[in-house]
Amino acid sequence: MSEQMIDSIIEKYRGKPGAVIHALTEIQHENHWLPREVMQKVADALGVAFSQVMHIASFYKTFSLTPKGRHEVHVCTGMTCHLRGGAKLMEKVAEITGLKLGETDAEARFTLEAGSCLGSCSIGPELIVDGKHYGRMTPERAADVLKQYE
Amino acid sequence: MPRLQTAAELDELRAGILASRDAAKPSIAVCGGAACDGLDSAALGAAFAAEIQRVEAKLDFRVTGCHGFCNKGPNVIVGPGDVCYFEVKPEDVAEIVSCALKGEVVERLVYRHPQTGETAVHMNEIPFYKHQMRVLTGDIPRIDPTRIDDYLAVGGYGALAKALSQMTPDEVLAEVKKANLRGRGGGGFPAGLKWETTKNAPEKTKYVIVNGHEGESAAFMDRAMLTGNPHRVLEGLIIGGYAIGAQQGFIYTRHDSPSMARHVTRALEQAREHGLLGENILSSGFNFDVEIHYDVGIFVSGESSALMRSIEGNAPEPRPKYIRTSVSGIWDKPSNLNNVETWANVPEIISRGADWFTSIGSERSKGTKLVSLSGHVVNSGVVEVPMGTPLRTIVFDIGGGVPDGKAPKAIHFGGAMGGSIPISMIDAPLDFDGMSKLGAPIGAGGLLVMNEDTDMVEIARYLLDFLVKESCGKCTPCREGMWQMLKILTNITEGKGRKFDLDRLADLTEVTSLGSLCALGKTSSDPLKSMLRYFKDEFETRIAGNSAARSQPK
Repeated sequence: MSEQMIDSIIEKYRGKPGAVIHALTEIQHENHWLPREVMQKVADALGVAFSQVMHIASFYKTFSLTPKGRHEVHVCTGMTCHLRGGAKLMEKVAEITGLKLGETDAEARFTLEAGSCLGSCSIGPELIVDGKHYGRMTPERAADVLKQYE
Repeated sequence: MPRLQTAAELDELRAGILASRDAAKPSIAVCGGAACDGLDSAALGAAFAAEIQRVEAKLDFRVTGCHGFCNKGPNVIVGPGDVCYFEVKPEDVAEIVSCALKGEVVERLVYRHPQTGETAVHMNEIPFYKHQMRVLTGDIPRIDPTRIDDYLAVGGYGALAKALSQMTPDEVLAEVKKANLRGRGGGGFPAGLKWETTKNAPEKTKYVIVNGHEGESAAFMDRAMLTGNPHRVLEGLIIGGYAIGAQQGFIYTRHDSPSMARHVTRALEQAREHGLLGENILSSGFNFDVEIHYDVGIFVSGESSALMRSIEGNAPEPRPKYIRTSVSGIWDKPSNLNNVETWANVPEIISRGADWFTSIGSERSKGTKLVSLSGHVVNSGVVEVPMGTPLRTIVFDIGGGVPDGKAPKAIHFGGAMGGSIPISMIDAPLDFDGMSKLGAPIGAGGLLVMNEDTDMVEIARYLLDFLVKESCGKCTPCREGMWQMLKILTNITEGKGRKFDLDRLADLTEVTSLGSLCALGKTSSDPLKSMLRYFKDEFETRIAGNSAARSQPK
């Protein structure tokens, strides 16, 4: 994302110390991670301490302090998905991507994530890539899905 | 759209919408709920739109919120008469459209009972729907959530008009108290009493909040409600704001559900355009507006005081419970928080009256309850039944029992802070107090069926593992207590269980539940307690097996 985009998001919230979460969320959605300089800019523009921005950015799981891969691979680890074999799916996806939870590969292709619960329990276990849901996923089919993402 | 000035203008607008609609005209509703979306209902919706345009079909078409029968998605309902089609694919679209126009049924797509092969065409004949009472969710297939007209057509905002033009705030509060509406978010605390506390708090500035965080694992009904019929929740919130004397409302919801955010944002815009939010609503002198806030991915932010910190823009660390948020919440102002389903009940209570509401349900739990039914069960989805319905009805009549010829073993309620009961208790009624006594509090309403192959020790470990990651870490009993419990449970599942582990677990559960600041820590050991109560032999056998294996010479 261009610096301009980030600046325009920050500009919207200038002088509003209560809007740190809103600003960070929008930047995270666009940029997929929060560089330190950007957090400093947010702190300066909104009028809060850098430590406060850092506190929030490191607390909420949505915010990433490191760059992410081009594709966010998410395995649902919610209760229903777990009961229906979510752990095996996770193992397989970790094996295919060569990643541990939270890691990004050297080519920045994938970032592996887990989380619960995304509310599509009836079709679990679920694999979600860049927000697209793949329901009733099996370890065998996972490779075919991931192949589509370069 | 000019702002509506009076209740009479709202009635006029509604009459105009209804007059422009013909109930006998064929309609097609494609489900865009979370599960159907995961089964690519978006492609299906596009195929319908294209086909309808191609043949210039004269029918009403809409993409709606969740129809409920999630595992049979993508769902399509054809009106009039609510003909239900399941597992519909884009290649079925042409046939459905042409049959809808002729008033015929596409037999191959209707419900077929997996064992008997019996078919059911209409919604009220299908076992999954037949045993339900869809007071809150019934309108969802009739509503395009992005169109306020659809909500007005089913009587929407009639309750708000009634409250503002015919009732005083005290009368609204009295009605909700009389209805004995209990909070649907977990505790079952009477909503009317909570409202009264905030209403009577000395500060002038007051807030009302919709908790749409729904972090409970395997709970997805609030999302279905808020995404599928956002105006209904909003109407409840505005009525609540009026009764309590609040000037500002907040809807706190998940950031990871794009359609929910879109629908709620759109609903707020439309309500403002129509003058149902803003200054002097329907000339009543009541000013009220609503902001939307997002959870950004941590379970504890669903806890009321943590949620309020999050709305203020801070990290969501809960406060001790002796500071009541209903007196001192957001920016230390009195703040009344209820969950999505609780607010959704309010319009109906006002328009139909408390007596109607109390005629549904069990002795101490009134109205209907939304349940997210999932796990090892044939029919899974969003279910709505009167309070007091036996669990057997939910699991077997609605849910169709356990698939793959397996036997059921346990029922789990309330996600990671709930509890499990053995299947022998399946005749227990769905009731706040009854289920709490059994050790499986309803929580928000996520009901999970577990089959005979389920390893309870592993489930206990899994749930604690989830909570350990979600604890905010502010207080020691929660942060450390859960960690120690998890360590012991992990040891047991890995074959390293020791003789006194269960005693140690019992100690830890006690300390953690007594010493933690908020509900996350306090109830973190509830699943474990229920499992030790009903499935202790499984833990003992496992530990005994561990010790025996250790003493074998290598």
